[in-house]
Amino acid sequence: MNGQQFEHEIEGTPIFDGARAQKGYALNKMCYSFNEVANRVAFVADEDAYCARFHLTAEQREAVRRRDVLAMIEAGGNIYYLAKLAGIFGLGVQDIGAQQTGMSVEAFKAKLAAAGT
Amino acid sequence: MARIIGAVSTSHIPSIGNAIARKLEKDAYWRPFFEPFVPVHAWLKEVRPDVVVAVYNDHGLNFFLDKLPTFAVGAAAEYHHADEGWGLPIARPFYGDQRLSWHLINALVAAEFDIVTCQEMLVDHAFTVPMSLLWPGGGEWPVKAIPVEVNTVQHPLPSPRRCFHLGRAIGRAIESYDQDLRVLILGTGGLSHQLDGTRAGFINKPFDLMCLEKIVSDPEELTRYSVHDLVELAGAQGVELLNWLVMRGALLGRVSQVHRNYHVPISNTATGLLVLENQPQASLLDYRRAG
Repeated sequence: MNGQQFEHEIEGTPIFDGARAQKGYALNKMCYSFNEVANRVAFVADEDAYCARFHLTAEQREAVRRRDVLAMIEAGGNIYYLAKLAGIFGLGVQDIGAQQTGMSVEAFKAKLAAAGT
Repeated sequence: MARIIGAVSTSHIPSIGNAIARKLEKDAYWRPFFEPFVPVHAWLKEVRPDVVVAVYNDHGLNFFLDKLPTFAVGAAAEYHHADEGWGLPIARPFYGDQRLSWHLINALVAAEFDIVTCQEMLVDHAFTVPMSLLWPGGGEWPVKAIPVEVNTVQHPLPSPRRCFHLGRAIGRAIESYDQDLRVLILGTGGLSHQLDGTRAGFINKPFDLMCLEKIVSDPEELTRYSVHDLVELAGAQGVELLNWLVMRGALLGRVSQVHRNYHVPISNTATGLLVLENQPQASLLDYRRAG
């Protein structure tokens, strides 16, 4: 038992449960700190030092270094907290969506628009 | 006695707040989203609520994973918005109604909802954006507000059935309050959307349209879904439908739809807007008089 309660996987859909919340705690805590502008500035000024302060695991540090959202999620990141990190790089949820689905941002937006028709 | 005059549910995407700040309401992209709020403004002028009970989900402004309540109720004199990290302008403060908050809290715990109470509580975009949509233009908010927060961040989430019953308990608490207040219920978030994973961008229009029908006419039908079903059918973040179920649960009278809109997409999300009127039922009035 690791807290997983669901009967089947939903393809391409991470479920942020207890196991992930435990695994991702350091990364999510760092991202939560980005609610404050001074912390965003400190991250940009010295990313290594800032990540070290929050004791990111090697997997989390590498995912952040590569700006790889799927890898951050795999390392326990929750998208609501990760969005605060993405914001530092000027990336919104459509940019993140495009990256995760391997599409251009334009193609991702077109896909969303098509879902309404 | 207090009376629930109706409810509004709307999506709460942060970019809506940015569009308001940049006055883009009439822009081609935004118009299909904003224009349907014009009749909502007229309706609000007509029904004149004194207090809003706003059901929403925090996205990591007030609550972190260190202490994460399933349900939290505000009991503050004021509620403040703050920097969420990605550039949304900070909304002006909201005034609470502490007496009603504590009445609500007492009644909910008596009804066996063991909620977390908050005398300090930052409210995030899921609270502030809908408030700005309902009362645009700045200045003092014309209503007091009480936030009710639902965990949609970390599973296990409360079930749709539990959320609907929480709404029922909120409705009974408000209808038993001893002051003549006109109360509006606000439910925020949704409809279908997913931000994370390789299924990011998932939208399910047929499911959304079914929910918009059922939430008015047969909300208990929706409580038969599990959280897992909602993740699958509405997307990982489409579970915000839980807030809508709390909202709908609070309407104990005869419910009719005043206004509705559905527009895809705004940002990554299928947006929904619903205005519901709540006519008290005779039996409830009798019950209240007898009580």
